[in-house]
Amino acid sequence: MLGSRYKKFIYSAALIAPLSFLLFSYAEPAERDIPKFFVPPPPFSEGIFPCSQCHKYMPVNRKQRKLEQFHTDIVLKHMPGGWCFDCHNPDDRDKLRLANGKLVSFEESYYICGQCHGVVFRDWKTGLHGKRTGMWDGKKQYLLCVHCHWPHEPRFKPIQPLPPPVKPTDIK
Amino acid sequence: MSKRTRSNPLGIKLDRRAFLKGAALGLAGTALPLNKADASFWEAFFQKHFREMNETEIKKVIERLEKEYGQKYKKEIEVGNEKAIPGVLFGYGLDLSRCIGCRRCVYACVKENNQSRDPQIHWISVLRFKKGEKWIDLENSERYYNPAQVPEPGYFYMPVQCQQCENPPCVRACPTQATWKEPDGIVVIDYNWCIGCRYCMAACPYGARHFNWAEPNVPQEELNPETHYLGNRPRYRGTVEKCTFCIQRTRNGKYPACVEICPVGARKFGNLLDPNSEIRYAIEHKRVFRLKEDLNTYPKFYYFFAYGL
Ligand code: SF4
Ligand code: SF4
Repeated sequence: MLGSRYKKFIYSAALIAPLSFLLFSYAEPAERDIPKFFVPPPPFSEGIFPCSQCHKYMPVNRKQRKLEQFHTDIVLKHMPGGWCFDCHNPDDRDKLRLANGKLVSFEESYYICGQCHGVVFRDWKTGLHGKRTGMWDGKKQYLLCVHCHWPHEPRFKPIQPLPPPVKPTDIK
Repeated sequence: MSKRTRSNPLGIKLDRRAFLKGAALGLAGTALPLNKADASFWEAFFQKHFREMNETEIKKVIERLEKEYGQKYKKEIEVGNEKAIPGVLFGYGLDLSRCIGCRRCVYACVKENNQSRDPQIHWISVLRFKKGEKWIDLENSERYYNPAQVPEPGYFYMPVQCQQCENPPCVRACPTQATWKEPDGIVVIDYNWCIGCRYCMAACPYGARHFNWAEPNVPQEELNPETHYLGNRPRYRGTVEKCTFCIQRTRNGKYPACVEICPVGARKFGNLLDPNSEIRYAIEHKRVFRLKEDLNTYPKFYYFFAYGL
């Protein structure tokens, strides 16, 4: 038989556990493990930023459709069934929007990607995922996710390999 | 039989047998063309082993080399001599789940490290394997693949270069101690001390050492003038060379050239003694393996599959 004191402890622990989970999930993203060194600014297509240049006076259209006038190159091959506002903030287009409603700048777009790709995000913060250049013992330069992955179709495009080595039999 | 001559750093053609004959009689000078027997020649000929030289001697040797290279390539060439950084043991990581076999690393290495263009020398070989086959079968891998685009479906790629063994068989095989392991783990060669016997090549289980059968040929305008005595300085015919983790870059804090170029970021580099380095993170969080582990060479080159599998 468990003493009542133990029971109380177990009850309160059972209550606190889910609550603390809520607490953590709503906590600000930990800033200290975000790398400090970035190479270039986000890779915007020329003349496209700030988005509010055009979008300021346009009504927000939440309907999923094929874009025919602008952004025609964007075919969403990432998250089928998704739509612009899963990541872009409808009310102020110069910001991105996390699933919990928090707005983030384009410079911090890794928070957007990190929502689903948690393991990769963790590896990226430590320097394992993604390209590192600069100094191994000093100013490391990080790239944003979007420098390598076109967010609307993130798979790496195949490239041409450089020539194979000369075969020993072909050496004159 | 034609008389065999061996070219030397000064380009003096010296009949070896005649020289030895003369030397045996205590007349070393008799075999030499007297007009060329200047001080610089004797300095090169009697240069000490790199590790036996003191700072002033090293400085003198480097000055002589810089002069020679400058004359040969008609541009200013710097030969560095940075020492190993205390508390640093270099380690390398390669994520096989990301390498796309594009060979960008191979050519970046050739350029950075002044490898001979023709005859061609590549310190990095990228091997291609069919997915699902018995694949550590290195002999049956394909290194001459040449499709229009990579990655190809159904294949994966594994670049191989010097593994900087902690217990390097190449060093033990060398009869003249022209190759050795530095305190930061880099296995180096003194090209002036290498006699070209190629024992190390036979001993290396990774095919990581390469021999200059002919005079190395690097176009003057492509020669990287920032060199290190133990790394990418111009080599001679008849000497062995190998990857040094870009000693001229990494001892100055920079990443190796192959890390900088890799378009997918598959290559990782850092200090194995630093618990916050990305290489330590890979070892602690991913399933890493080393090539031919059963040989007890203890490579400091770690392969892993970060995702999938
Ligand atoms: S550059 Fe990177 S992706 Fe290309 S072959 Fe080398 S390691 Fe693989
Ligand atoms: S990989 Fe070969 S060349 Fe490099 S240290 Fe090991 S045995 Fe020597």
